[in-house]
Amino acid sequence: MIRVALPAHLRNLASVDGEVVVDVAGSVTQRTVLDALEARYPVLSGTIRDHVTLKRRPFVRFFACGQDLSHEPLDALLPEDVVGGKEPYLIVGAMAGG
Amino acid sequence: MSRVRVLVGTRKGAFVLESDGKRQKWDVSGPHFGGWEVYHLKGSPADPNRLYASQSSGWFGQIIQRSNDGGKTWEAVGNTFAYDGVPGTHQWYDGTPHPWEFKRVWHLEPSLTDPDTVYAGVEDAALFRTTDGGQNWSEMPGLRGHGSGPRWQPGAGGLCLHTLLLDPSNAKRMFIAISAAGAFRTDDGGTTWLPINRGLKSEGIPNEEAEVGHCVHRIAMHRSRPSVLFMQKHWDVMRSDNAGDSWTEVSGNLPTDFGFPIDVHAHEPDTIYVVPIKSDSEHYPPDGRLRVYRSRTGGNEWEALTNGLPQSNCYVNVLRDAMSVDSLDKCGIYFGTSGGQVYGSADAGDTWSAIVRDLPPVVSVEAQTLDR
Repeated sequence: MIRVALPAHLRNLASVDGEVVVDVAGSVTQRTVLDALEARYPVLSGTIRDHVTLKRRPFVRFFACGQDLSHEPLDALLPEDVVGGKEPYLIVGAMAGG
Repeated sequence: MSRVRVLVGTRKGAFVLESDGKRQKWDVSGPHFGGWEVYHLKGSPADPNRLYASQSSGWFGQIIQRSNDGGKTWEAVGNTFAYDGVPGTHQWYDGTPHPWEFKRVWHLEPSLTDPDTVYAGVEDAALFRTTDGGQNWSEMPGLRGHGSGPRWQPGAGGLCLHTLLLDPSNAKRMFIAISAAGAFRTDDGGTTWLPINRGLKSEGIPNEEAEVGHCVHRIAMHRSRPSVLFMQKHWDVMRSDNAGDSWTEVSGNLPTDFGFPIDVHAHEPDTIYVVPIKSDSEHYPPDGRLRVYRSRTGGNEWEALTNGLPQSNCYVNVLRDAMSVDSLDKCGIYFGTSGGQVYGSADAGDTWSAIVRDLPPVVSVEAQTLDR
């Protein structure tokens, strides 16, 4: 079970409170976590990464275990503490604009 | 007794204003989708409780919302807007080729007859359609496939398809407008398109009378006379009596012919409304006086409507989709401002009052006339 923390607007959109959890079969990477998240909450498709290119939206950031993973390869394994459920995978709306 | 519902899109959410036919007391609900930009909401003419809303955000992209109960509850529907085939390029601000990239939906135009069919005008400019209530959207590629597409260039607000008019007398005919490409018409249901910009003159482009490249801000028609079109261009108010084949200027005695919205009285096809704005760099009314101008002659002769509108120290703007009329007798007219006011008139513009004063900046206003 992977814990995922969403920004407030996406929690509202998905009608969830607090963190969500998703099951990931096989390797736990940013790509597989995002795939599982969008499969469980289809309304989030296109809000975190572009529908067509699957690129991260410019004002969305990915953090975990005190690290900024936004520019890491999507297929790199996530930290053990995320895989083990000790730490959440954080999807963050960048502090930008108004 | 008939009622009126006014759908208001703002920079930070949507609001629904409702009143009885007297249009004196209003109930306000919202914000719906708080914190998100709502470029446009519109109800289906075939089922007025079926509403569609374009919800977008610089952070999280595009969402389309649908309501089946007049805006009380909403559900997110499909939000995939993928260009047909290889998207190709349009011109960037510096004249270089730039790939077509979807950014947001500017305008949603429900079919006149089918609540599940909706047209969407998007940025970068293209036309999409759903026939299943918004679950799936497909591009109508004939528009971008018109040979001029690579020459289209964005206006200051982006390369946006912002106006869609459906001809009630001819299901195959539709008009659209793009900033800054111009106006186009299809006579075959969207398969092929014709630029309809003859007669427009735009000083900001190399050839003032080019086939495309004009910054059309808004076009409007009366449903009883769909071959007569009115246009607010970047500068100039224009009229066409032949479905856009040619245009003549009808700015007449307006204090300035720059502006964004233009609309037509619900029962008088030659009564039209604009909101003159000082200039393209000063997006506020001349002299700090907010005035709607009305022509009862289809243009050229204009009168200022000021009763109830601020006549000093007013420096708001009124955007292209932020004016609408109801079809009660007398015709009601509504507009929203960048200062968050929504003004309404229940007597065709003779007198005005603010329905709400302190919303976020208003992007769009759509009035619905309901049977009960």
